[in-house]
Amino acid sequence: MSNIPADLKYLSSHEWVRVDAAGEVTVGISDHAQDALGDLVFVEVPEVGSQLSKGAAAAVVESVKAASDVYSPLTGEVVAVNEALTGSPELVNTDPYGEGWLFKLKLAAPAELDELLAAAAYEQVVTDAAG
Amino acid sequence: MPFIPHTPDDIAQMLGAIGADSIDALFDEIPQALRVASLSGVPEALTEMQVGRLMMARARKDGLALNFLGAGAYEHHIPAAVWSIVTRGEYYSAYTPYQAEASQGTLQLLYEYQTMMSSLTGMQVSNASLYDGASAVAEACLMAVRAHRRSKSSRILVPASLNPTYLSVARTITSGQNLDLQVLPYDGTGCFDQAALDAFKGQDITAVVIQQPNFFGRLEDVDALTDWAHSQGALVIAVVNPLSLAILKPPGQWGEKGVDIVVGEGQPLGVPLSSGGPYFGFMCTRMELVRQMPGRIVGRTTDLDGKPGFTLTLQAREQHIRRSKATSNICTNQGLLVTAATIHMSILGADGLAAVAATSQRQTSRLVAKLTALSGVELVFEGPRFHEAVLRLNRPVAGVLAALAEAGVVGGQDLSAQYPELGQALLVCATEMRTDEDIDAYATALATVLEKQA
Repeated sequence: MSNIPADLKYLSSHEWVRVDAAGEVTVGISDHAQDALGDLVFVEVPEVGSQLSKGAAAAVVESVKAASDVYSPLTGEVVAVNEALTGSPELVNTDPYGEGWLFKLKLAAPAELDELLAAAAYEQVVTDAAG
Repeated sequence: MPFIPHTPDDIAQMLGAIGADSIDALFDEIPQALRVASLSGVPEALTEMQVGRLMMARARKDGLALNFLGAGAYEHHIPAAVWSIVTRGEYYSAYTPYQAEASQGTLQLLYEYQTMMSSLTGMQVSNASLYDGASAVAEACLMAVRAHRRSKSSRILVPASLNPTYLSVARTITSGQNLDLQVLPYDGTGCFDQAALDAFKGQDITAVVIQQPNFFGRLEDVDALTDWAHSQGALVIAVVNPLSLAILKPPGQWGEKGVDIVVGEGQPLGVPLSSGGPYFGFMCTRMELVRQMPGRIVGRTTDLDGKPGFTLTLQAREQHIRRSKATSNICTNQGLLVTAATIHMSILGADGLAAVAATSQRQTSRLVAKLTALSGVELVFEGPRFHEAVLRLNRPVAGVLAALAEAGVVGGQDLSAQYPELGQALLVCATEMRTDEDIDAYATALATVLEKQA
């Protein structure tokens, strides 16, 4: 069973969101997503300063099997990216909710947070997909 | 791998296994209205015997003319061993080697090809080839836009001295991709005009294309151009004749940092002139940009027992996996022609290639000297060149070329339509195939034509 921390919010496309401070969040991909992709060999993060709208393709995670888009769960400006992934993309596999984070956003529309899935709802998504 | 045809029994058995009545039944989801019964403009099939006759008749029309035409396709000597090896069954039916366990020979060959191309261009990585030089230029422009994320303009500066066919193909392929291809003039010596470049100083430039030698055969000041582009934050795309790299500085060493992407036409490496094709394009780059490079790459690895082996690598961004977001719609490579090029390069070796390049350059100098000694013929651009030169005639080029053809000489490429500002200009080329006697024969034939038409 994949690890789905209760304090995070999720998208059905397998991104997670952690609220760091009012209007600031960290984004990554879930344990289920990293497991399905397999060993990551490359991560392309967005550029600091770029404006992302909710649902826009923001990053690319590439494994030996596939290159997949990571979508921005919320609208906002990229204020930080995980530079460590350039040399160590496997951090996403080993620590998807910690060292393997992808980028941080300063939110333009914090109310969008309410549209994200809670851990239980995301767990249902993963279970249904496995079904 | 041998070619194994399917017998009617095999086909019936396979259809039986999947429960289909006929091969047509596999396509029954395509509505009748969308099916085409026959293709207009495509003539009825001919028998092998009829096709043989037709092709012999066409080949006879070419005759055995002395050829001084280059302009992107070059007549070089190809050792008989090259195509004798290429046409062995193991290579001849080669296709993209998806199955590493059944394709080690083809994969190793591609790996060696990539190694040779990286070494010739002075770059870190090469793909397994593209369709041809012209489409490779287009792919390089698209790759530069993908790779240079800080640049928002998608503006690519292209010299008017780039092969005009490459430019026109690049325009076609990149149309609809919002690229801003800006064509800059050449100067009085036939090279990239520095003043025209300086007009873009300080602006957002995605990439600068530099062709070496350029379409006029002239050698550009590639170090200065590369450094200028990099100082403006632009990527540099080098378009090169791979043969010339046997004697010229490889693009990986141009300027202080070397270029970012190298592309070109591979035809001079063992591919015969054959009514315009098929040829192959090549592309090399720096490791840093490898994930934006389109096409196939073969890598060397070790298997579970620690034995060396070869396999396709970096496929994740290709069309069969990434669909519409693939780096390119190129998902294949020109396997057979690359096989020829690899064998050609291994037979000639570095010294052999350098000898071919140097002889071509020397014979072109001799050709220019002989032809410009005639009254009514002058050299348009002074300065260093590889194996082509632009001459100006004191009368219409078309009529002169037609008369030369009557005399069994293919005199070169008429530039008067593509470069009207050059007047009655003619692009000539001599490779190592043109002996001193051939050059004398051209000069004599041209003298006769000029006298007759005087």
